[in-house]
Amino acid sequence: MQLTNRSKVVVQKEMTMAEQIYLPAIFKGMMITISHFFKKKPTINYPEVKRPIAPVYRGQHVLKRDEQGRENCTACGLCAVACPAEAITMTAAERKRGEESLYREEKYASVYEINMLRCIFCGLCEEACPKEAIFLTDRIVKVGTERDTFIYGKDKLVEGIAADQRIDVGKRGGAHRKF
Amino acid sequence: MELFDLLIKLALVVAVFTIALVIAMYSTYAERKVAAFLQDRLGPNRAGPYGILQPLADGGKMFMKEEIIPSKADTFLFILGPCIAMMTACMTGVVIPWGNTLIIDGKAYIMQVTDINVGILFAFAVVSIGVYGIMIGGWASNNKYSLLGAIRASSQMISYELAMGFSIIALIMTTGSLSLRDIVEQQSGFHWNFLYQPLGCLLFIICAFAETNRAPFDLPECETELVGGYHTEYSSMKLGFYLFAEYINMFISAAIISALFFGGYNFPFLDKIDAPHNVITLIGTAIFFAKIIFFIFFFMWVRWTLPRFRYDQLMHLGWYVLLPISILNVLVTGAVTLFRNGQFHF
Repeated sequence: MQLTNRSKVVVQKEMTMAEQIYLPAIFKGMMITISHFFKKKPTINYPEVKRPIAPVYRGQHVLKRDEQGRENCTACGLCAVACPAEAITMTAAERKRGEESLYREEKYASVYEINMLRCIFCGLCEEACPKEAIFLTDRIVKVGTERDTFIYGKDKLVEGIAADQRIDVGKRGGAHRKF
Repeated sequence: MELFDLLIKLALVVAVFTIALVIAMYSTYAERKVAAFLQDRLGPNRAGPYGILQPLADGGKMFMKEEIIPSKADTFLFILGPCIAMMTACMTGVVIPWGNTLIIDGKAYIMQVTDINVGILFAFAVVSIGVYGIMIGGWASNNKYSLLGAIRASSQMISYELAMGFSIIALIMTTGSLSLRDIVEQQSGFHWNFLYQPLGCLLFIICAFAETNRAPFDLPECETELVGGYHTEYSSMKLGFYLFAEYINMFISAAIISALFFGGYNFPFLDKIDAPHNVITLIGTAIFFAKIIFFIFFFMWVRWTLPRFRYDQLMHLGWYVLLPISILNVLVTGAVTLFRNGQFHF
């Protein structure tokens, strides 16, 4: 059965004089390469120019705070359960008196770690989260030379309280889910 | 006045040496850029604007690298190899006429370090010594790959020197002089030799590729088969010398090709320009360098277009194709010369 028209029947024929000299073929080849010389290069000079990324791009995670600067996460562990790569670990702790301005509910995560080398950035943690606490952002995880540096703790994951330290989660935040 | 002449010569020597080194240095950059552009890439563009400082970065890297001399290597020869390669590469520049005369204080100075009457022979003699650099380096490394690369290099260079020599003989039969300056001066205007010796020109260019170990004749250092060829064991600046020598050779080859076959510092409508003699000389020199740069580009263009020859194909091309054609070229040239001089009797 013929699938395409691209197949060529192999014939062993004598080369013509022009083919034996090779020079016409070389000339043809050189014309091809020189035409590429003037072509527009598809390269994107990364640090200066960034490729536009999708509005739903899944990059480095953020642990959100609410409007009053309290951490949303209640350490329920649903994200860790949902995580197919088992990249998330956490330790829950009880909120003490006087910490109401830090944590929104009575339980919070005293330790929250994501191993960025294990994470596959599937976004299932975000989907599993009932508290709008974890989101994937358009940020790219920084390179490192030590494996340990890729275990991101709360120091790297939780966003700042000040308005300019908040991490925008764009289209993925809020609207579709109310808590 | 004697001292002044000497100073001019000295300045010329220094200038030729510096220009050769700078052009070789930027050839490495140009090579990477041309390769990149021919392959739809951008090439080095991080060090300085458009990566213009890349050669300096490369050179600095070469100096910083660890200097390794294998324990079983012949230390003296191991060091001698790159020295010979570099020295012979730099020596050829002296016979190349870089420009016409410069008139200073009513006295004409030629823009050439020395105008010896066997200029071409000198150039070829020195270039042939260059093969010793590769051979000694490959032998002294005490490494199979190096030795194979060195053997390939020497057999290739010797094979192609024959065809190259014959193509030069045909050229000399038409010019009647071995002095490079005479040959260039005969090509004034547009009487460029490639019009009279098209076949010889083609043969010469092909052989020049082989002599400089450039693709498609880069078997001595083919990294896919021989690791690095003759410089497998070399590191640091000794490796740098080998690579650098190749680029200087490429520059010198481009200069010799443009001097012998493409008019050197001559350009069409030279006599139409109404300008002082010195200005015309400088324009001619600039044109000569433009030709050289074109040929360097041509070398790179070919390198990034054609795949490497197989070893038997290389030898077949050298001995069965180029050599007979070049001998035929000599015979035809001789016959035509005799016929035109009216000395041809049946």
